[in-house]
Amino acid sequence: MIRSEQRPSEPFVAWAQQREAARLGMWLFLAGEAMMFGSLILVAGFYRLQHPDGVAEAVAGLHFGLATLNTFTLLTSSLLMTLALTASEQASERRLRHCLMGATLLAALFLACKGLEYSLEYREGLLPGFAADSPLHLPSARLFMNLYFIATALHGVHVLIAVGLGLWLYLGFARGRLQGHQASTRLEMVTLYWHLVDGIWVLLFPTLYLVGR
Amino acid sequence: MISPSYLHRQGLLSWFLTRDHKRIAVLYMITVTFFFFVGGLAASLIRIELVTPNGDLLTADGYNRAFTLHGVIMVWFFLIPSIPSVFGNFLVPIMIGARDMAFPRLNLFSWYLLLGGGLFTLLALLLGGVDTGWTFYTPLSTMFSNGHVVAVICGVFIAGFSSIFTGINIIVTVHTLRAPGMTWMRLPLFIWAMYATSIILVLATPVLAITLLLVAAEHLFNIGVFDPRLGGDPLLFQHLFWFYSHPAVYIMILPAMGVVSELITAAGHKRIFGYRFVAWSSVAIAVIGFLVWGHHMFVAGQSMYASLVFSLLSFLVSIPSAIKAYNWSATLYKSDLTLHAPFLFALTFIGLFIVGGVTGLFLALLAADLHAHDTYFVVAHFHYIMVGAAVAGYFGALHFWWPKITGRMYSQLWGKITAVLIFCGFNLTFFPQFLLGYLGMPRRYHSYDPDLQFLNVLSSAGASILALAYALPFFYLLGSLRWGERAPMNPWEAAGLEWRVPSPPPVHNFDAPVTVDFEAYDYSPEARRDPL
Repeated sequence: MIRSEQRPSEPFVAWAQQREAARLGMWLFLAGEAMMFGSLILVAGFYRLQHPDGVAEAVAGLHFGLATLNTFTLLTSSLLMTLALTASEQASERRLRHCLMGATLLAALFLACKGLEYSLEYREGLLPGFAADSPLHLPSARLFMNLYFIATALHGVHVLIAVGLGLWLYLGFARGRLQGHQASTRLEMVTLYWHLVDGIWVLLFPTLYLVGR
Repeated sequence: MISPSYLHRQGLLSWFLTRDHKRIAVLYMITVTFFFFVGGLAASLIRIELVTPNGDLLTADGYNRAFTLHGVIMVWFFLIPSIPSVFGNFLVPIMIGARDMAFPRLNLFSWYLLLGGGLFTLLALLLGGVDTGWTFYTPLSTMFSNGHVVAVICGVFIAGFSSIFTGINIIVTVHTLRAPGMTWMRLPLFIWAMYATSIILVLATPVLAITLLLVAAEHLFNIGVFDPRLGGDPLLFQHLFWFYSHPAVYIMILPAMGVVSELITAAGHKRIFGYRFVAWSSVAIAVIGFLVWGHHMFVAGQSMYASLVFSLLSFLVSIPSAIKAYNWSATLYKSDLTLHAPFLFALTFIGLFIVGGVTGLFLALLAADLHAHDTYFVVAHFHYIMVGAAVAGYFGALHFWWPKITGRMYSQLWGKITAVLIFCGFNLTFFPQFLLGYLGMPRRYHSYDPDLQFLNVLSSAGASILALAYALPFFYLLGSLRWGERAPMNPWEAAGLEWRVPSPPPVHNFDAPVTVDFEAYDYSPEARRDPL
């Protein structure tokens, strides 16, 4: 079947133009995402200034080791996405698929690890909204835990979307439905998104876990 | 051969599945008109209640719910999408010589988001509503409110994404789809205004989204962020909320300013005075607008030094705003003026905008704000901007581009009557509120001191004129669809690409690829004698 492959979609006259538009649109969307997480990081910074003792108490109870492992996992998955993009530029289909699958699996591993972290925190009574008697003494420590929970959960949703996008691309390539310009544009957009999710974690990790340890 | 107009295809599906920016604009127009009337209904309830000093029509709680309904619907479901989504959608591609917006499917999706968010909100408001005011201040919204806070927040959250996607679409369209020869300095000023607005839409709306998400989490799961019982800070909510909501005011007014630039030049048949200044002042307003949110919190306990800086920055916004007002006036000087209906709306805009802007300076002044804060002075000030000016801009756009959108002419006389009625009714409604606020009447109460009744009755009387004036176009514009004359290509003898295509435009806007070899507002004698 001959697909609309050779022609860019409606308002565009050239592929270069469409790709430029997609890039700009994606960057703008990512700027919006950055503003969204930026507010959360701002709130975290505000709490740290306002209640240094409470934050220190909360930070001490977080599972630093698991989060470090997760940082490694997510950064590696981002690297694999970049390698997938390079593979697509070199028209190496097999390598492209392997990299995509690897990145997706690592992102899923991130989620599993995060789930383990949450379950540990649940058992320790640290998760907000569940435990009546939190082991945390200072109210501001509980406040920081709340923020930790919201920020990581929202980031987790983003990772989940990344996993979905990774699978979608993988299936598209595996079944040969994605080809040519359309394929490379989509891959590039997903990679951009992936890097953003990764980049947000790079900021969240020190903000929530590291500073004040 | 003349290709068929964009309205040619029939059937509901051809509308609900369309990717044509012009049809999506019409869908938006119908939607925001609906929400405008819903919000207007709530406003009528408020004004009827305030005719007498005692709370007799609505209970105190019912009154709270009425003004919340009014605020939420008008801000997020009428004012913010009004000009960007309706006229931005219709005009941006045509004005820059493109066939469509950059992301047509995303464009349609944005409309569904607005519709979904709107119906969600409406349902929640009808099931009992919310009593927090449109600002959702914590801790009222999280600890004490007994309305459907979370449902309304969800509705606004969904509609926010409609804004973000529309903003992205407009910016990308302007960057990538300009016709050859359409340089930045040849863009109509409406495009500059839409571009500046879109920057705010993309960068500020996500902050609102996350803030509302935090409120919802606090309300639903007791996950405190702003809750003072847990050590949270309610003022933090106000910071985050106004970081979006102050720029949001510029989302409402900037597009209207863009419209007025078009209306003034078309009426005067003259190039705008100081094109570059007017263009860059839109960008300046958008940028400075991000830095003034603290002026909503002068009496909320924020640091005095922060207040000083916010006060100064708020004063700075008046500079680009004044540049626009002066340049419009200078454009009219010695122009070849036609007094058609859209022009009267532009004049209404300028008059009301100046009153609203100047009283804004009173409120930006630390000492004066202490007296006027949370009184009807503030209500009057922001209504002059957001309702008086912004809605006059919307109606001006409606009257100016109606022939282009529908291909029909409407009665000029009725248009002029409406513009005059809006100007008079508006001033009668809101000018007394400046006096009421100065005398100390606080906002958001359903009863008041009997001494203030005279001014309140004046205001309600004005509101009835205003209601009539806002309802009138609904009849004569719809009537024009049936009885109006067919509109020519360029009924106002205006410059601009949209006036060089048939009314209504063909599906792909231009039958042949466009090349632009003329400046914006090219009203030179040669250009006027020879309109393509």
